[in-house]
Amino acid sequence: MITVIDYDTGNTLNVKKALDYLGIPNELSAEPDKILAADGLILPGVGAFQKAMAALDDRQLIPVIQQAANNGKPILGICLGMQLLFETGYEFGTTAGLGILPGSVIPIPKKAGFKVPHMGWNQNTAQRRNAFGTIFDQKSTYFVHSYYVQTAAKNIVATTDYSVQIPSIVQQNNVIGMQFHPEKSGAVGLAGLKTFKEVIEDERFSRN
Amino acid sequence: MLAKRIIPCLDVDHGRVKKGVNFVNLTDVGDPVAIAQAYEQQGADELVFLDITATNEKRKAFTDTIAAVASQVFMPLTVGGGINALEDMQALLKAGADKIALNSAAVHNPDLIRQGAEKFGQQCIVCAIDVRYQPEKDRYQVVINGGRKPTDLDALDWAQTAVSAGAGELLVTSMDCDGTKKGFDLKLYQALTAVVDVPIVASGGCGQISDFTELFKETTVDAGLAASVFHFGTLTIPQVKAELKQNEVPIRE
Repeated sequence: MITVIDYDTGNTLNVKKALDYLGIPNELSAEPDKILAADGLILPGVGAFQKAMAALDDRQLIPVIQQAANNGKPILGICLGMQLLFETGYEFGTTAGLGILPGSVIPIPKKAGFKVPHMGWNQNTAQRRNAFGTIFDQKSTYFVHSYYVQTAAKNIVATTDYSVQIPSIVQQNNVIGMQFHPEKSGAVGLAGLKTFKEVIEDERFSRN
Repeated sequence: MLAKRIIPCLDVDHGRVKKGVNFVNLTDVGDPVAIAQAYEQQGADELVFLDITATNEKRKAFTDTIAAVASQVFMPLTVGGGINALEDMQALLKAGADKIALNSAAVHNPDLIRQGAEKFGQQCIVCAIDVRYQPEKDRYQVVINGGRKPTDLDALDWAQTAVSAGAGELLVTSMDCDGTKKGFDLKLYQALTAVVDVPIVASGGCGQISDFTELFKETTVDAGLAASVFHFGTLTIPQVKAELKQNEVPIRE
Protein backbone atom coordinates (compact mmCIF):
# COMPACT_ATOMS: atom_id res chain seq x y z
CA MET A 1 0.00 0.00 0.00
CA ILE A 2 1.26 3.46 -0.94
CA THR A 3 0.08 6.29 1.25
CA VAL A 4 -0.23 9.63 -0.48
CA ILE A 5 0.24 12.19 2.25
CA ASP A 6 -2.87 14.34 2.33
CA TYR A 7 -2.17 17.80 3.70
CA ASP A 8 -4.53 19.94 1.67
CA THR A 9 -2.24 20.66 -1.24
CA GLY A 10 -3.28 21.00 -4.86
CA ASN A 11 -2.40 17.91 -6.84
CA THR A 12 -2.99 15.13 -4.31
CA LEU A 13 -5.99 13.75 -6.16
CA ASN A 14 -4.21 13.71 -9.50
CA VAL A 15 -1.44 11.60 -8.01
CA LYS A 16 -4.10 9.24 -6.65
CA LYS A 17 -5.83 9.09 -10.04
CA ALA A 18 -2.58 8.10 -11.72
CA LEU A 19 -1.93 5.36 -9.14
CA ASP A 20 -5.52 4.12 -9.53
CA TYR A 21 -5.10 4.05 -13.31
CA LEU A 22 -1.96 1.93 -12.89
CA GLY A 23 -3.78 -0.38 -10.48
CA ILE A 24 -1.36 0.44 -7.65
CA PRO A 25 -3.05 0.12 -4.23
CA ASN A 26 -3.01 3.49 -2.52
CA GLU A 27 -4.81 5.71 -0.05
CA LEU A 28 -4.81 9.35 0.90
CA SER A 29 -4.07 9.92 4.56
CA ALA A 30 -2.70 12.38 7.08
CA GLU A 31 -2.78 9.87 9.95
CA PRO A 32 0.65 9.13 11.47
CA ASP A 33 -0.20 5.45 12.06
CA LYS A 34 -1.14 4.88 8.44
CA ILE A 35 1.89 6.80 7.20
CA LEU A 36 4.25 4.75 9.34
CA ALA A 37 2.54 1.49 8.34
CA ALA A 38 2.59 2.16 4.58
CA ASP A 39 5.01 0.30 2.30
CA GLY A 40 5.87 3.55 0.59
CA LEU A 41 4.97 7.23 0.75
CA ILE A 42 4.30 9.92 -1.80
CA LEU A 43 4.57 13.53 -0.71
CA PRO A 44 2.81 15.63 -3.35
CA GLY A 45 2.74 19.41 -3.33
CA VAL A 46 1.73 22.51 -5.22
CA GLY A 47 2.09 26.00 -3.85
CA ALA A 48 4.56 27.71 -1.57
CA PHE A 49 7.27 26.15 0.63
CA GLN A 50 6.44 28.03 3.81
CA LYS A 51 2.71 27.35 3.67
CA ALA A 52 3.26 23.67 2.91
CA MET A 53 5.64 23.21 5.86
CA ALA A 54 3.10 24.98 8.08
CA ALA A 55 0.39 22.59 6.83
CA LEU A 56 2.58 19.55 7.62
CA ASP A 57 3.38 21.03 11.02
CA ASP A 58 -0.34 21.62 11.76
CA ARG A 59 -0.94 17.93 11.21
CA GLN A 60 2.15 17.03 13.26
CA LEU A 61 3.53 15.15 10.29
CA ILE A 62 7.09 16.52 10.21
CA PRO A 63 8.59 14.02 12.72
CA VAL A 64 6.44 11.24 11.21
CA ILE A 65 7.84 11.70 7.69
CA GLN A 66 11.36 12.06 9.08
CA GLN A 67 10.97 8.84 11.04
CA ALA A 68 9.61 6.99 8.00
CA ALA A 69 12.64 8.15 5.99
CA ASN A 70 15.02 7.04 8.74
CA ASN A 71 13.34 3.64 8.83
CA GLY A 72 14.26 3.20 5.18
CA LYS A 73 10.72 3.50 3.86
CA PRO A 74 10.68 4.47 0.16
CA ILE A 75 9.50 8.07 -0.18
CA LEU A 76 8.76 9.95 -3.39
CA GLY A 77 8.44 13.74 -3.21
CA ILE A 78 6.77 15.37 -6.22
CA CYS A 79 7.34 19.02 -7.25
CA LEU A 80 7.02 21.08 -4.06
CA GLY A 81 6.93 17.75 -2.23
CA MET A 82 10.47 17.08 -3.49
CA GLN A 83 11.63 20.53 -2.40
CA LEU A 84 10.24 20.00 1.11
CA LEU A 85 12.58 17.01 1.56
CA PHE A 86 15.56 19.40 1.74
CA GLU A 87 16.96 21.44 4.60
CA THR A 88 16.03 25.02 3.80
CA GLY A 89 13.61 26.90 1.56
CA TYR A 90 14.00 30.54 0.57
CA GLU A 91 10.47 31.23 -0.69
CA PHE A 92 8.84 34.12 1.24
CA GLY A 93 11.67 34.19 3.79
CA THR A 94 13.76 31.35 5.14
CA THR A 95 11.91 28.19 6.18
CA ALA A 96 13.25 24.94 7.53
CA GLY A 97 12.30 21.97 5.37
CA LEU A 98 12.08 18.31 6.38
CA GLY A 99 15.88 18.08 6.24
CA ILE A 100 15.82 14.49 4.95
CA LEU A 101 18.08 15.38 2.02
CA PRO A 102 21.02 17.82 2.18
CA GLY A 103 20.53 21.04 0.24
CA SER A 104 18.40 24.12 -0.18
CA VAL A 105 15.66 25.49 -2.42
CA ILE A 106 16.39 28.77 -4.22
CA PRO A 107 14.68 30.91 -6.89
CA ILE A 108 15.22 30.21 -10.59
CA PRO A 109 17.33 33.20 -11.71
CA LYS A 110 15.58 35.85 -13.80
CA LYS A 111 17.12 35.88 -17.24
CA ALA A 112 15.90 37.17 -20.60
CA GLY A 113 14.13 34.45 -22.55
CA PHE A 114 13.52 32.29 -19.48
CA LYS A 115 10.12 33.08 -18.00
CA VAL A 116 9.46 32.20 -14.38
CA PRO A 117 7.62 29.99 -13.44
CA HIS A 118 9.37 27.35 -15.51
CA MET A 119 6.16 25.93 -16.94
CA GLY A 120 5.82 23.30 -19.62
CA TRP A 121 7.57 20.27 -21.06
CA ASN A 122 11.33 20.11 -20.68
CA GLN A 123 13.85 17.39 -21.35
CA ASN A 124 15.67 15.37 -18.70
CA THR A 125 19.30 14.31 -18.96
CA ALA A 126 20.39 11.42 -16.75
CA GLN A 127 23.36 12.06 -14.51
CA ARG A 128 23.13 8.62 -12.96
CA ARG A 129 22.04 5.42 -14.64
CA ASN A 130 19.80 4.05 -11.93
CA ALA A 131 16.21 2.95 -12.53
CA PHE A 132 14.82 6.48 -12.66
CA GLY A 133 17.76 7.94 -14.61
CA THR A 134 17.33 5.29 -17.28
CA ILE A 135 13.58 5.80 -17.70
CA PHE A 136 13.66 9.57 -17.93
CA ASP A 137 16.90 10.15 -19.87
CA GLN A 138 16.20 12.36 -22.92
CA LYS A 139 12.47 12.29 -22.11
CA SER A 140 10.37 15.42 -21.66
CA THR A 141 8.24 15.82 -18.56
CA TYR A 142 5.87 18.50 -17.32
CA PHE A 143 7.31 21.12 -14.99
CA VAL A 144 5.62 23.96 -13.09
CA HIS A 145 7.88 25.68 -10.56
CA SER A 146 9.65 28.92 -9.70
CA TYR A 147 12.23 27.53 -7.27
CA TYR A 148 14.76 24.76 -7.63
CA VAL A 149 16.96 22.55 -5.51
CA GLN A 150 20.67 22.92 -4.89
CA THR A 151 22.29 19.76 -3.64
CA ALA A 152 25.52 17.78 -3.97
CA ALA A 153 26.08 16.18 -7.39
CA LYS A 154 25.98 12.68 -5.92
CA ASN A 155 22.28 13.13 -5.06
CA ILE A 156 21.30 14.19 -8.57
CA VAL A 157 19.89 11.53 -10.87
CA ALA A 158 18.77 13.80 -13.71
CA THR A 159 18.78 17.46 -14.65
CA THR A 160 16.87 19.73 -16.99
CA ASP A 161 18.26 22.82 -18.67
CA TYR A 162 16.50 26.14 -18.03
CA SER A 163 19.23 28.80 -18.05
CA VAL A 164 20.62 26.83 -15.09
CA GLN A 165 20.90 23.07 -14.65
CA ILE A 166 17.87 22.21 -12.57
CA PRO A 167 17.92 18.90 -10.68
CA SER A 168 14.81 17.19 -12.05
CA ILE A 169 15.27 13.88 -10.20
CA VAL A 170 17.15 13.42 -6.93
CA GLN A 171 17.73 10.28 -4.92
CA GLN A 172 19.55 9.29 -1.78
CA ASN A 173 18.94 5.63 -0.95
CA ASN A 174 15.20 5.23 -0.20
CA VAL A 175 14.33 8.91 -0.73
CA ILE A 176 13.47 10.10 -4.24
CA GLY A 177 12.34 13.47 -5.53
CA MET A 178 10.89 14.52 -8.89
CA GLN A 179 10.72 18.21 -9.66
CA PHE A 180 8.30 17.56 -12.54
CA HIS A 181 4.82 16.08 -12.26
CA PRO A 182 4.98 12.39 -13.23
CA GLU A 183 1.17 12.28 -12.89
CA LYS A 184 0.93 14.88 -15.69
CA SER A 185 3.78 13.68 -17.90
CA GLY A 186 1.97 11.11 -20.02
CA ALA A 187 3.32 7.60 -20.54
CA VAL A 188 6.84 8.27 -19.28
CA GLY A 189 5.51 9.85 -16.09
CA LEU A 190 3.32 6.83 -15.42
CA ALA A 191 6.33 4.58 -16.03
CA GLY A 192 8.17 6.55 -13.33
CA LEU A 193 5.36 5.96 -10.83
CA LYS A 194 5.36 2.27 -11.69
CA THR A 195 9.09 2.16 -11.07
CA PHE A 196 8.53 3.69 -7.65
CA LYS A 197 6.14 0.84 -6.93
CA GLU A 198 8.86 -1.62 -7.99
CA VAL A 199 11.37 0.12 -5.71
CA ILE A 200 8.93 -0.45 -2.86
CA GLU A 201 8.52 -4.12 -3.77
CA ASP A 202 12.31 -4.58 -3.92
CA GLU A 203 12.58 -2.90 -0.54
CA ARG A 204 9.99 -5.26 0.97
CA PHE A 205 11.70 -8.21 -0.64
CA SER A 206 15.09 -7.29 0.80
CA ARG A 207 13.56 -6.78 4.24
CA ASN A 208 11.89 -10.18 4.30
CA MET B 1 15.11 23.59 -23.85
CA LEU B 2 11.55 24.21 -22.83
CA ALA B 3 9.33 22.84 -25.59
CA LYS B 4 6.84 25.03 -27.42
CA ARG B 5 3.41 23.61 -26.68
CA ILE B 6 0.76 22.54 -29.22
CA ILE B 7 -2.70 22.64 -27.68
CA PRO B 8 -6.00 21.41 -29.13
CA CYS B 9 -9.07 23.17 -27.74
CA LEU B 10 -12.34 21.31 -27.15
CA ASP B 11 -15.76 22.88 -26.70
CA VAL B 12 -17.89 20.90 -24.27
CA ASP B 13 -21.69 21.12 -24.14
CA HIS B 14 -23.57 19.02 -21.58
CA GLY B 15 -20.63 16.68 -21.29
CA ARG B 16 -20.22 16.20 -25.03
CA VAL B 17 -17.54 17.61 -27.32
CA LYS B 18 -19.02 19.91 -29.96
CA LYS B 19 -17.62 21.15 -33.29
CA GLY B 20 -17.76 17.68 -34.84
CA VAL B 21 -14.45 16.15 -34.06
CA ASN B 22 -13.56 13.93 -36.96
CA PHE B 23 -11.01 11.33 -35.97
CA VAL B 24 -10.58 8.07 -37.69
CA ASN B 25 -11.34 5.06 -35.47
CA LEU B 26 -13.37 7.05 -33.01
CA THR B 27 -16.72 5.33 -32.62
CA ASP B 28 -18.22 7.99 -30.38
CA VAL B 29 -17.20 11.32 -31.89
CA GLY B 30 -18.49 13.38 -28.98
CA ASP B 31 -16.90 11.47 -26.11
CA PRO B 32 -14.48 13.80 -24.29
CA VAL B 33 -12.45 10.94 -22.80
CA ALA B 34 -11.95 9.16 -26.14
CA ILE B 35 -11.02 12.43 -27.84
CA ALA B 36 -8.59 13.41 -25.08
CA GLN B 37 -6.96 9.97 -25.30
CA ALA B 38 -6.63 10.30 -29.07
CA TYR B 39 -4.94 13.68 -28.68
CA GLU B 40 -2.66 12.33 -25.98
CA GLN B 41 -1.59 9.57 -28.37
CA GLN B 42 -0.95 12.13 -31.11
CA GLY B 43 1.39 13.99 -28.78
CA ALA B 44 -0.66 17.03 -27.77
CA ASP B 45 1.17 18.87 -24.99
CA GLU B 46 -1.90 20.08 -23.14
CA LEU B 47 -5.67 20.21 -23.63
CA VAL B 48 -8.04 23.12 -23.17
CA PHE B 49 -11.68 22.37 -22.39
CA LEU B 50 -14.20 25.17 -22.74
CA ASP B 51 -17.65 24.79 -21.21
CA ILE B 52 -20.20 26.17 -23.64
CA THR B 53 -23.28 24.79 -21.88
CA ALA B 54 -25.78 27.59 -21.49
CA THR B 55 -27.95 26.24 -18.71
CA ASN B 56 -27.96 26.39 -14.94
CA GLU B 57 -27.00 22.84 -14.13
CA LYS B 58 -23.98 23.32 -16.39
CA ARG B 59 -21.17 23.34 -13.86
CA LYS B 60 -21.89 19.88 -12.51
CA ALA B 61 -21.86 18.24 -15.95
CA PHE B 62 -18.64 20.01 -16.88
CA THR B 63 -16.93 19.06 -13.63
CA ASP B 64 -17.95 15.42 -14.18
CA THR B 65 -16.51 15.57 -17.70
CA ILE B 66 -13.18 16.87 -16.41
CA ALA B 67 -13.09 14.21 -13.69
CA ALA B 68 -13.71 11.49 -16.28
CA VAL B 69 -10.95 12.82 -18.56
CA ALA B 70 -8.47 13.29 -15.70
CA SER B 71 -8.86 9.69 -14.57
CA GLN B 72 -7.76 8.40 -18.00
CA VAL B 73 -5.50 11.08 -19.45
CA PHE B 74 -2.33 12.20 -17.69
CA MET B 75 -1.36 15.52 -19.18
CA PRO B 76 -1.99 19.16 -18.26
CA LEU B 77 -5.64 20.18 -18.54
CA THR B 78 -6.83 23.77 -18.71
CA VAL B 79 -10.52 24.49 -18.23
CA GLY B 80 -12.61 27.57 -18.88
CA GLY B 81 -16.00 28.95 -19.84
CA GLY B 82 -18.19 30.94 -17.52
CA ILE B 83 -16.13 30.37 -14.37
CA ASN B 84 -16.84 33.21 -11.97
CA ALA B 85 -16.40 31.95 -8.41
CA LEU B 86 -13.71 30.40 -6.26
CA GLU B 87 -15.95 27.40 -5.55
CA ASP B 88 -16.14 26.64 -9.29
CA MET B 89 -12.36 26.79 -9.52
CA GLN B 90 -11.94 24.55 -6.50
CA ALA B 91 -14.37 21.95 -7.84
CA LEU B 92 -12.67 21.87 -11.24
CA LEU B 93 -9.18 21.60 -9.75
CA LYS B 94 -10.40 18.82 -7.52
CA ALA B 95 -11.84 17.08 -10.57
CA GLY B 96 -8.37 17.06 -12.07
CA ALA B 97 -7.91 20.36 -13.93
CA ASP B 98 -4.47 21.94 -13.63
CA LYS B 99 -5.29 25.46 -14.76
CA ILE B 100 -8.38 27.63 -14.67
CA ALA B 101 -9.01 30.08 -17.50
CA LEU B 102 -10.93 33.21 -16.51
CA ASN B 103 -12.33 35.47 -19.21
CA SER B 104 -15.38 37.78 -18.90
CA ALA B 105 -15.66 37.28 -15.15
CA ALA B 106 -12.13 38.59 -14.68
CA VAL B 107 -12.96 41.71 -16.71
CA HIS B 108 -16.01 42.34 -14.51
CA ASN B 109 -14.05 41.56 -11.36
CA PRO B 110 -10.24 41.57 -11.69
CA ASP B 111 -10.02 40.65 -8.02
CA LEU B 112 -11.14 37.15 -8.99
CA ILE B 113 -7.69 36.63 -10.53
CA ARG B 114 -6.00 37.73 -7.31
CA GLN B 115 -8.25 35.51 -5.17
CA GLY B 116 -7.64 32.50 -7.40
CA ALA B 117 -3.89 33.06 -7.53
CA GLU B 118 -3.71 33.50 -3.79
CA LYS B 119 -5.67 30.34 -3.07
CA PHE B 120 -4.37 28.03 -5.80
CA GLY B 121 -1.12 29.62 -6.97
CA GLN B 122 -0.41 31.84 -9.97
CA GLN B 123 0.47 28.83 -12.12
CA CYS B 124 -3.21 27.77 -11.83
CA ILE B 125 -4.74 30.98 -13.10
CA VAL B 126 -4.89 31.70 -16.81
CA CYS B 127 -6.41 34.94 -18.03
CA ALA B 128 -8.17 34.29 -21.34
CA ILE B 129 -8.49 37.43 -23.44
CA ASP B 130 -10.43 37.82 -26.69
CA VAL B 131 -9.26 40.81 -28.69
CA ARG B 132 -10.23 42.71 -31.81
CA TYR B 133 -8.09 45.23 -33.65
CA GLN B 134 -9.51 48.76 -33.86
CA PRO B 135 -7.85 50.39 -36.88
CA GLU B 136 -9.27 53.86 -36.11
CA LYS B 137 -7.56 53.83 -32.74
CA ASP B 138 -4.67 51.59 -33.77
CA ARG B 139 -5.14 49.40 -30.74
CA TYR B 140 -6.43 46.01 -29.67
CA GLN B 141 -9.75 46.07 -27.86
CA VAL B 142 -10.86 43.48 -25.30
CA VAL B 143 -14.12 41.73 -26.21
CA ILE B 144 -16.10 39.67 -23.68
CA ASN B 145 -19.12 37.35 -23.57
CA GLY B 146 -17.76 34.98 -26.18
CA GLY B 147 -16.73 37.77 -28.53
CA ARG B 148 -20.13 39.45 -28.52
CA LYS B 149 -19.56 42.41 -26.22
CA PRO B 150 -16.86 45.03 -26.83
CA THR B 151 -15.34 46.77 -23.83
CA ASP B 152 -13.35 49.98 -23.36
CA LEU B 153 -10.30 48.00 -22.33
CA ASP B 154 -7.08 48.10 -24.29
CA ALA B 155 -5.81 44.53 -24.57
CA LEU B 156 -2.18 45.39 -23.77
CA ASP B 157 -3.25 47.33 -20.67
CA TRP B 158 -5.58 44.55 -19.57
CA ALA B 159 -2.89 41.92 -20.08
CA GLN B 160 -0.58 43.82 -17.72
CA THR B 161 -3.36 44.36 -15.18
CA ALA B 162 -4.21 40.65 -15.23
CA VAL B 163 -0.58 39.62 -14.77
CA SER B 164 -0.05 42.00 -11.87
CA ALA B 165 -3.27 40.66 -10.31
CA GLY B 166 -1.69 37.19 -10.39
CA ALA B 167 -2.43 35.54 -13.75
CA GLY B 168 0.35 33.03 -14.44
CA GLU B 169 -0.43 32.64 -18.12
CA LEU B 170 -2.41 34.43 -20.84
CA LEU B 171 -4.52 32.70 -23.49
CA VAL B 172 -5.07 35.35 -26.12
CA THR B 173 -7.46 34.85 -29.03
CA SER B 174 -7.50 37.16 -32.01
CA MET B 175 -11.16 37.53 -33.02
CA ASP B 176 -10.00 39.03 -36.33
CA CYS B 177 -8.07 35.90 -37.22
CA ASP B 178 -10.29 33.28 -35.57
CA GLY B 179 -11.87 31.10 -38.21
CA THR B 180 -10.04 32.76 -41.12
CA LYS B 181 -7.30 30.11 -41.39
CA LYS B 182 -4.93 32.88 -42.50
CA GLY B 183 -2.43 32.44 -39.71
CA PHE B 184 -1.91 33.79 -36.19
CA ASP B 185 -1.89 37.53 -35.53
CA LEU B 186 1.89 37.87 -35.17
CA LYS B 187 1.80 41.62 -34.48
CA LEU B 188 -0.55 41.10 -31.55
CA TYR B 189 1.71 38.52 -29.94
CA GLN B 190 4.84 40.57 -30.55
CA ALA B 191 3.17 43.47 -28.77
CA LEU B 192 1.99 41.28 -25.88
CA THR B 193 5.29 39.52 -25.26
CA ALA B 194 6.95 42.93 -25.08
CA VAL B 195 4.78 44.03 -22.14
CA VAL B 196 4.26 40.88 -20.02
CA ASP B 197 6.66 38.14 -18.99
CA VAL B 198 4.30 35.24 -18.26
CA PRO B 199 3.77 32.42 -20.77
CA ILE B 200 1.39 33.30 -23.61
CA VAL B 201 -0.80 30.89 -25.56
CA ALA B 202 -1.69 32.18 -29.04
CA SER B 203 -5.08 31.30 -30.48
CA GLY B 204 -7.03 32.10 -33.61
CA GLY B 205 -6.29 31.82 -37.30
CA CYS B 206 -4.34 28.63 -37.67
CA GLY B 207 -5.03 27.03 -41.06
CA GLN B 208 -1.83 25.29 -42.08
CA ILE B 209 1.34 23.83 -40.65
CA SER B 210 3.50 26.81 -41.56
CA ASP B 211 1.29 29.02 -39.36
CA PHE B 212 2.73 27.34 -36.27
CA THR B 213 6.30 27.62 -37.55
CA GLU B 214 5.78 31.30 -38.29
CA LEU B 215 4.25 31.87 -34.86
CA PHE B 216 7.22 30.41 -33.02
CA LYS B 217 9.83 31.93 -35.34
CA GLU B 218 8.40 35.44 -35.31
CA THR B 219 7.23 35.73 -31.70
CA THR B 220 8.30 34.45 -28.28
CA VAL B 221 4.90 32.98 -27.32
CA ASP B 222 5.03 29.63 -25.54
CA ALA B 223 2.17 27.76 -27.13
CA GLY B 224 -0.17 27.66 -30.10
CA LEU B 225 -3.79 26.63 -29.72
CA ALA B 226 -6.12 25.43 -32.45
CA ALA B 227 -9.45 23.67 -32.69
CA SER B 228 -10.96 22.90 -36.08
CA VAL B 229 -7.73 22.16 -37.98
CA PHE B 230 -7.02 19.38 -35.50
CA HIS B 231 -10.60 18.21 -35.02
CA PHE B 232 -11.25 17.87 -38.74
CA GLY B 233 -7.88 16.27 -39.32
CA THR B 234 -6.70 19.07 -41.65
CA LEU B 235 -3.52 18.95 -39.59
CA THR B 236 -2.23 16.34 -37.20
CA ILE B 237 -0.04 17.12 -34.24
CA PRO B 238 2.78 14.84 -35.44
CA GLN B 239 2.83 16.75 -38.76
CA VAL B 240 3.01 20.09 -36.98
CA LYS B 241 5.77 18.89 -34.67
CA ALA B 242 7.80 17.38 -37.51
CA GLU B 243 7.71 20.69 -39.36
CA LEU B 244 8.62 22.64 -36.20
CA LYS B 245 11.53 20.33 -35.51
CA GLN B 246 12.82 20.77 -39.03
CA ASN B 247 12.74 24.51 -38.41
CA GLU B 248 14.62 24.11 -35.14
CA VAL B 249 11.72 25.05 -32.91
CA PRO B 250 12.06 23.07 -29.67
CA ILE B 251 9.18 20.59 -29.29
CA ARG B 252 8.39 17.58 -27.14
CA GLU B 253 8.85 14.39 -29.13
